[in-house]
Amino acid sequence: MTDESFRDASLPGGRILSGVSRRQLLAAGIGAGTAGLILPAGARAQGKPPAHPKGHAIIGFSQEPTVFNPLMPHIEVDQGVHWNLFSPLWSANEKGEFLPQLAMEVPTIANGGISKDGLTWHVKLRPGVKWHDGAPFTADDVKYTFDLINNKKFRAWLRNGFSLMQDIKVISPTEISWKMGKPYAPFASILCWTFMVPQHVLAKASDPNTAPFNNAPVGTGPFMWKERVPGDHITLTANPHFFGTGPYLEEIVFKYIPDLTVMFTQFQTGAIDYIGLQGITADHYKQAKALKDRTIVVGPAPFIESITLNLSKPQFKERAVREALYYAMDNQAIIDQIYYGLPKPSTTILPSQSWAYNPNLPKQVHDPKKAKAILDAAGWKPGAGGVREKNGVQLAFTNSTTAGNHVREEAQQLLQQNWQDIGVKMTIKNMPAAVIWGDYFNLSHYDSVMVGEDFMTGPDPDVTVYFDSNATPAKGGSGQNTMEYNNPEVDKLLLQGATTFDRPVRQKIYWKLAELIRHDLPELPIFQYATIEGTKKGLVGYIPSVYVSCNTWNVNTWYWTS
Amino acid sequence: MTRFLLRRLGQSLVLLWLVSVIGFAVLHLAPGGPLSQFTLTPGMTAAQLKLIAHQLGLDRPLPVQYWEWFSRMLVGNWGRSYRDSQPVLLVIGAHIWPTLELMVSSTIIAILLGTWVGVLGAIRRYSLFDYLATVGAMVALSIPTFWFGLVVIYIFSVKLGWLPAGNLYTIGNGSLLDYLHHLIAPSLVLALVTIAIWSRYMRAAMLEVINQDYVRTARAKGLPERMILIRHTIRNALLPMITIAGLQLPTLLSGALVTETVFTWPGMGRLFLDSISYRDYPVIMGVLMFTAVLVLVGNLFADVLYAVADPRIRLD
Repeated sequence: MTDESFRDASLPGGRILSGVSRRQLLAAGIGAGTAGLILPAGARAQGKPPAHPKGHAIIGFSQEPTVFNPLMPHIEVDQGVHWNLFSPLWSANEKGEFLPQLAMEVPTIANGGISKDGLTWHVKLRPGVKWHDGAPFTADDVKYTFDLINNKKFRAWLRNGFSLMQDIKVISPTEISWKMGKPYAPFASILCWTFMVPQHVLAKASDPNTAPFNNAPVGTGPFMWKERVPGDHITLTANPHFFGTGPYLEEIVFKYIPDLTVMFTQFQTGAIDYIGLQGITADHYKQAKALKDRTIVVGPAPFIESITLNLSKPQFKERAVREALYYAMDNQAIIDQIYYGLPKPSTTILPSQSWAYNPNLPKQVHDPKKAKAILDAAGWKPGAGGVREKNGVQLAFTNSTTAGNHVREEAQQLLQQNWQDIGVKMTIKNMPAAVIWGDYFNLSHYDSVMVGEDFMTGPDPDVTVYFDSNATPAKGGSGQNTMEYNNPEVDKLLLQGATTFDRPVRQKIYWKLAELIRHDLPELPIFQYATIEGTKKGLVGYIPSVYVSCNTWNVNTWYWTS
Repeated sequence: MTRFLLRRLGQSLVLLWLVSVIGFAVLHLAPGGPLSQFTLTPGMTAAQLKLIAHQLGLDRPLPVQYWEWFSRMLVGNWGRSYRDSQPVLLVIGAHIWPTLELMVSSTIIAILLGTWVGVLGAIRRYSLFDYLATVGAMVALSIPTFWFGLVVIYIFSVKLGWLPAGNLYTIGNGSLLDYLHHLIAPSLVLALVTIAIWSRYMRAAMLEVINQDYVRTARAKGLPERMILIRHTIRNALLPMITIAGLQLPTLLSGALVTETVFTWPGMGRLFLDSISYRDYPVIMGVLMFTAVLVLVGNLFADVLYAVADPRIRLD
């Protein structure tokens, strides 16, 4: 196997455009966002979609989708299938604009869907929507979905925000309202990926965790379940009663090809029509571009590759050390030589496409001389073997990442050299994915890790789970602040950002937050990921998006022009 | 024979129980777990991971977990996969047929060709054929299957377009011809290594028999060489091969991981690897027990067949 067993991070960042003026949007640097998207000319929809669903598309994934109840714990490729089987109340498109799906409109404070104190939500649902088995979709299904997520016996994936729900009232078959225990702005984004499940099917099962529904799902999405050959593929057929756009394909097949090289070969021979997660590796990009009859797209992804530090370790306690380490890193060399220049450099925690992204942060500069000067001034003098030390603490540490990821290993070796040049000893200590992302990471056993993370909460820029001082599991906290980062000013800003619904106000908060984190450097960002995916020429509609985990979010709009 | 079988059954059951205990312990005590795949999900919290672990029963003492799994397995409930929540036996069943198809076809080819090459190499010892066969076997044993498979795909699929680049069948076309078309490359790649092994074993077994007194006697009696070959040498040389064949039985159903990965074959080997990557404990234990049973059955089968074929052997 040539790549990590499972992806490092999943979900998207996003932006709600309702209620924000165009000038504010431009000020937020949307232009910077779309610059990350390189689409060949004419790749956007050509010709017209067919009047009736026609043809089929074979979608290649290098991981196997195995979870078909969208509310249960799952990975990115599972979501790729969920987008086609199910619908949320509203979703986010590639620009981060919220689009109503099962809801008639997205509730906001401006339109009264959310009360001014942010505590009461009122949603009007789309009438006439049918489940795949013909039963009508109603507000009862929405209430059932929310109750199921909060059911302690149900193995729910994420409960952020749902645990705050109280008093869910079905007002009519097309109207539902609920109260939140406290205002929680990210909830609208979280609902972007909360797919509705049918009460009339799931409630029949004695245990929803093992219901037959989990392998014969019924949704309201553009495609219906046809068959699954475990370990091989999943086939879906067009839903003739879909309430939204399309579908224009008769059948779509999700094909599991575990090896990336083999998947690329099958893309070359035409055995698959679209090469999706985890895409084409950077070293094959040039070869891919030269292929006849194939359209290759380099798109943005929401993950930031960084060196995450454990601030409880004595070597990393001083900000000067972290700053010096960052100056010593030759990030551009990593991007250019190891990743073929495809990803964009980053010095922050949000993807550049997010509305809360701060474009004004100081860039990372490769300056080993300055790094040495900072360490000298801070009292870290070269000791035994040329490794700096201070007060008996050596400036030596381990760096871990997923074993078997050859590209990352190369980057680690480069950094090892960079740091050796300034008198810092870094030892590479890699381990299998199932081991490193267990207690080793969660309980802060590491010195440092090289990881690609999406710090957001859904499409929302709320990063509380990762940066709040109460979110450190090793100290009994309930989040994912494995860095043991503690900055009271950051805590205050996080709380403000999560409880304010006003977009421009939130943006200011997240800009300030990004400045503080850029200054403190609990993690050393290198680049924002780029995905390299492709389709056969003639298959149009594909658009990569940072607001989803998997780029098969809009297959309902795909069709063949030839 | 009955006493022998009963004794073997008893030994096998004890062995299976030991395998289950050791396997279960090693699996659960190894670092990492089925929740590592969700650690980096944006918004995931330690509290949520703890809750999921509790719902899966993973925070209970290990003996308690083992007893629950073991007692259920005895009555046919092998648990459900953590990933697609299907019963483990169903998951294994879904992956067995592709494995059977691949392994049976490659084993038949390998045995036929391997035996022929081994026999010919033995009776024409040190000839050009024998020399080429020996070198060929060494090369075949040294070539990494992964690399060779990719080369075969590159030449015959990408460049020449004669064979598909893997997969069980073309989706939408499930005809027998389609299946066979897809079977050619992986079957031959897998057979290559087995041919090498079989030919070496066969050659060695043949050489041992050829130099026996009774062969010399048969030749002195004036029997034609062909008769000697068929009635005496090959028949006796095949005896140790029965044992080897019995040892091959587990692999028939446990699959060939590397070949299955290169040729995108949804078989047992891939199931095992994926389950281990995601720490899908119920499926891993299921495949482990299944393979253990096969090993024991295969050995027993080989021993019994050997006794049946060779009157010198008595089982008791």
